[in-house]
Amino acid sequence: MCLAIPMQIEAIDGEMGTVEATGIKREVSLSFIDDPSVGDYVLIHAGFAIQKIDEHQANETIELLNQMAQRAREMKS
Amino acid sequence: MKHLSEYRNSDHARTLSIEIARVRIDRPIQIMEVCGTHTMSIARFGLKQLLPKNIRLISGPGCPVCVTPNNFLDRAIAISKIADTTICTFGDMMRVPGSSSSLEVEHARGSDIRVVYSTLDALMIARAHPDRNVVFLGVGFETTAPTIASSIEIAHSEGLKNYSVLCAHKVVPPAIEALLSGEVKIDGFLLPGHVSSIIGAKSYRGIAERHAIACSIAGFEPSDILGALLEITTQISNSKPAIHTAYARAVTEIGNSKALAVLDRVFESCDANWRGIGNIPGSGLAIRDKFSQHDAAKRFPVSIDESVDNPACRCGDILTGKISPDECPLFRNGCTPDHPIGACMVSNEGSCAAHFNYGATNI
Repeated sequence: MCLAIPMQIEAIDGEMGTVEATGIKREVSLSFIDDPSVGDYVLIHAGFAIQKIDEHQANETIELLNQMAQRAREMKS
Repeated sequence: MKHLSEYRNSDHARTLSIEIARVRIDRPIQIMEVCGTHTMSIARFGLKQLLPKNIRLISGPGCPVCVTPNNFLDRAIAISKIADTTICTFGDMMRVPGSSSSLEVEHARGSDIRVVYSTLDALMIARAHPDRNVVFLGVGFETTAPTIASSIEIAHSEGLKNYSVLCAHKVVPPAIEALLSGEVKIDGFLLPGHVSSIIGAKSYRGIAERHAIACSIAGFEPSDILGALLEITTQISNSKPAIHTAYARAVTEIGNSKALAVLDRVFESCDANWRGIGNIPGSGLAIRDKFSQHDAAKRFPVSIDESVDNPACRCGDILTGKISPDECPLFRNGCTPDHPIGACMVSNEGSCAAHFNYGATNI
């Protein structure tokens, strides 16, 4: 049961927060997150945010994947 | 969906698949995943079909419901029969067969058993019904255990005396070590992404020191899993085993310190029995004495008959990667998702459920 969904923090009220993804909103606990801010993306599991998504790392990963795919296209042509 | 859809890109998947095929490995290798969500993702996305024939992906004991032995369920069922008791559980426990019954059957017979999405829901039920004993079935690995730990702390601080947990939580790293000393040949591990978000990459360093084994911590989307497999096969090809993180957007070296702190405050390490493996020292979590009032095993010491396993059921061998689901004589032959005989077929994340629902691949 490792299922966790990336959702964006819309509002914070103490240790609880409202998170949203594809129009669906949930009230979750943010008690495991250091310095949560509105706009952060967090992984939601069983009603709790278990980790903040590192946007910088995410961008790097996508960039790497794009570069690999680009190189593969160039090699083919 | 942001931070999800970008990792379901067919260009990227195709490229990664080609790169994996280009890695020079001249012998058959077996890579084990130990996370039920990986089992499901690999099956759903048909990833085995994208791999060269000499790479075999096998499933290990990554489904926490599947590795929980029958006596936990028998105990939960016995507690459900106590007057004024409400059992709260995650969904996939409902249909798991115990020695002679299941939570679903007992619910039909009149026991108050409710599926919840979160322990926070169970706490709300406890607050709303102070006359009832609310018992939460605590099953799951390190991704889930902090949420149960947190619920115990909340109940304790509110004086919510009627809330307790029947704890069967387990932790992953000791199981990985046990598997490495077992019979199945394992050349590499796909490590669980969200468990690792909590425990951090550091939790596997001891394993790396004691066993030279190729590892990569992976997320759950196709690019995540294929990227991690590329890393694992490259490590094997170069004979440079390491603990690598292929899920850097969600996994750090130290993990989630707040979640780890609540785990430490509420739970202590204990031995635990894993279906298919037996006892693994230090692989379980027990509720600390300070929170005994919220420990359902202590609050409701029911006596149960000795638990029995169906003798034809091969879940134990499936959970250790010794056989694949279609090698179990009951697979599709009495055991189906509608009529499950073993835990591996009923759980959302069981190997047999994945195999049944998404078809046989990579045999």
